[in-house]
Amino acid sequence: MRIALFATCLGEAMFPQAPAATVRLLERLGHEVVFPQAQACCGQMHVNTGYYRQALPVIRNHVAAFEPALEGEWDAIVGPSGSCVGSVRHQQAMVADREGERQLARDAGLLAERTYELSELLVDVLGVTDVGAWFPHSVTYHPTCHSLRMLRVGDRPTRLLRAVEGLELIDLPEAEQCCGFGGTFSLKNAETAQAMVTEKIRNVSTTRAQVLVSGDYSCLMNMAGTLSKQATGVHAAHLAEVLASTRDEPWSPTVLPRDRRATAMPSCETATAAAPAPSGPAAEARS
Amino acid sequence: MTTFLGMPRLAPQPAHPPQDPLRWGEAFPEAAHETLHNAQMRANLRFATHTIRDKRRSVVSELPDWEDLREAGSAIKHETMSRLPELLVQLEEMVTARGGVVHWARDGAEANRIVTELVKAEGADEVVKVKSMATQEIGLNEHLAEEGVAALETDLAELIVQLAGDMPSHILVPAIHRNREEIRAIFAEHMEDVPQDLTSEPRVLAMAARAHLRRKFLSAGVAISGANLAVAETGTVSVFESEGNGRMCLTLPRTLITVMGIEKLVPAFRDLEVFTQLLPRSSTGERMNPYTTMWTGITPGDGPQTFHLVLLDNGRTKALADEVGRQALHCIRCSACLNVCPVYEHAGGHAYGSVYPGPIGAILTPQLTGMGTAERTDPHDPTASLPFASSLCGACFEACPVKIDIPTALVHLRNRAVESRSRPTAEEAGMRAASAVMSSGSRFARAARAAGLARVIAREERIGSLPYPGSLWTGVRDVPAPPRQSFRQWWAAHIGDGDQHAESGGSHGGAHRGEQGGAG
Repeated sequence: MRIALFATCLGEAMFPQAPAATVRLLERLGHEVVFPQAQACCGQMHVNTGYYRQALPVIRNHVAAFEPALEGEWDAIVGPSGSCVGSVRHQQAMVADREGERQLARDAGLLAERTYELSELLVDVLGVTDVGAWFPHSVTYHPTCHSLRMLRVGDRPTRLLRAVEGLELIDLPEAEQCCGFGGTFSLKNAETAQAMVTEKIRNVSTTRAQVLVSGDYSCLMNMAGTLSKQATGVHAAHLAEVLASTRDEPWSPTVLPRDRRATAMPSCETATAAAPAPSGPAAEARS
Repeated sequence: MTTFLGMPRLAPQPAHPPQDPLRWGEAFPEAAHETLHNAQMRANLRFATHTIRDKRRSVVSELPDWEDLREAGSAIKHETMSRLPELLVQLEEMVTARGGVVHWARDGAEANRIVTELVKAEGADEVVKVKSMATQEIGLNEHLAEEGVAALETDLAELIVQLAGDMPSHILVPAIHRNREEIRAIFAEHMEDVPQDLTSEPRVLAMAARAHLRRKFLSAGVAISGANLAVAETGTVSVFESEGNGRMCLTLPRTLITVMGIEKLVPAFRDLEVFTQLLPRSSTGERMNPYTTMWTGITPGDGPQTFHLVLLDNGRTKALADEVGRQALHCIRCSACLNVCPVYEHAGGHAYGSVYPGPIGAILTPQLTGMGTAERTDPHDPTASLPFASSLCGACFEACPVKIDIPTALVHLRNRAVESRSRPTAEEAGMRAASAVMSSGSRFARAARAAGLARVIAREERIGSLPYPGSLWTGVRDVPAPPRQSFRQWWAAHIGDGDQHAESGGSHGGAHRGEQGGAG
């Protein structure tokens, strides 16, 4: 398949390990990945903060960047973020419509039908749950609100995780509770957001998992930032990073925990503790 | 379980009685700053919301057709709102035909005046009340008190709130912010006929309230209620409750006055079959509520012989005019959205500064007050902060028995709040600047590379503190250092590896729309 990558603005600027891992994973599965250079952002931040007018040029740019998908240039569009794909699917056409841009609304609606969150693409479109990954760590998974309730990805991410060799998946208590990010909510209502993320991290800590996995770096940025501040030693990784990790190119932690400078993290499989030096996409993107 | 943190708090919550039941106190972030520090309230709320949440989940999951019921509930309310004027007239005709009297009130002041005149015409200086959101919304008790009429709340939780001098903090469980130790202390302090040996045992507290109320039921000549549902087809009005105190009020006094929001209507009697299933399961987590009272006008020789129905607008017509916001009028006041909301759970009902707290309050209150409409563009309107008091997690939408898309309505009202600001703000300037950067691949690529410069302030790959407003984030979270390489730079190196993707990826990306994208 020819798949266009929607890297997301946060992925592109702050967490390149997620889109890079998406590329590595899909290429490993034998697909061709294309990165449309005109893309920037889907407009979610503007829309969710109430700035429809200012969102319009952002949406217009996103639609223009991915328009070739409507002409059959690419078979699908994939974004490693539940909230960004959610915004594409549920907000772009609505905002364009409200601002009187009928044609843009129509195109955005058609593109939304071809845009998938990573776990949807893998399970529904590509028909795989075992992607041949190796991730010898204990993991707990936070289902982000937008992937859960807006996209309804259901158990697709955990089915993918359970098929990963070496991975121990530990249930997260109150998993479906919001982490308190909510975009500009975490600044506008900083104290309430702090109360929410504190509760989330308390639950993450009780699992004793080594790595917190999620499908969206916006929520991960919130949770990982708190895990780091509280010196929990728990690492954070995007679902794409876990699925891209193999014995040949194992994942290495890149986000925030105190020991991120260490070249590799001890494996939970003691027999394989002598993991090779990191060379995964994340390490590369950061090096 | 009781969670008891030191001496019970007896002080009224909030500290000062509000002037406007829909708009009191500060904006949400400032109000939440206070409530988040009330450890007792947060412990009470966590326990109570999680208990109701679990009960609701279990009774909802046992119905195989729950989603169909929600769909039906939503469709009935949609039809009602589409035909509201004619249905209201039909309701008036049917109530009148059965011996009731219908009054129309444009706003709270008008409704208060109508009710006060009716009470005074009966020569009453004391009335008993059924728990009612509509009368809370218009501050009826306070108005009656000014006119020399004592209104006694008979719902147990409402009685607690009234005795404590609190405002309700939940639609269904108005005293949810109080635990039983506090309730014992409130009764001991404020109930004139309180038993000497009062304990915090729930049964003992309930018996004390029962004895206190029973005398009033038997002596009161006038009762005031709200309504859960009214049927246009038959003129039937109904109250759904758990305690039976409502039933006492609705049957014992000579005169019954019901204040009802105009949206509380369904077209046909048969529609009740949907709501009698949706409402109790969503609100108290029960299969069926213990008492459902329905009455149609008056019945000679049985129950109240005078019935007045006051139909209250108070901003509802304005809400109905809003294409997206109007779905807030579908609300049946079950409070499922409050019980599942993480913002409500932490900040509590009083942070919303309205008798309608929680997610539904965040979309209903600003519409009832007219936030962001031509008449009201007050930059300090605290109700303008309510649509922002949500992380948009969507738990409310999922729980709503009539499928109100609260997240979409919240975003819509955020837009209304932003568009109605009379003066440009720093935030707006920032959003405009961000829009310019985020609407072009090449501009964004440059910005992403420039962000890497922030690495100079990072230590060990993280930024631990930032000046305001960044400090709002770094107070409890670190920020990762921006990567050495943006994704675009990684991609350029990746396709430059000479593998088969270089050609396709490069040409498509680079050539399209002439955006070179600053891959270098």
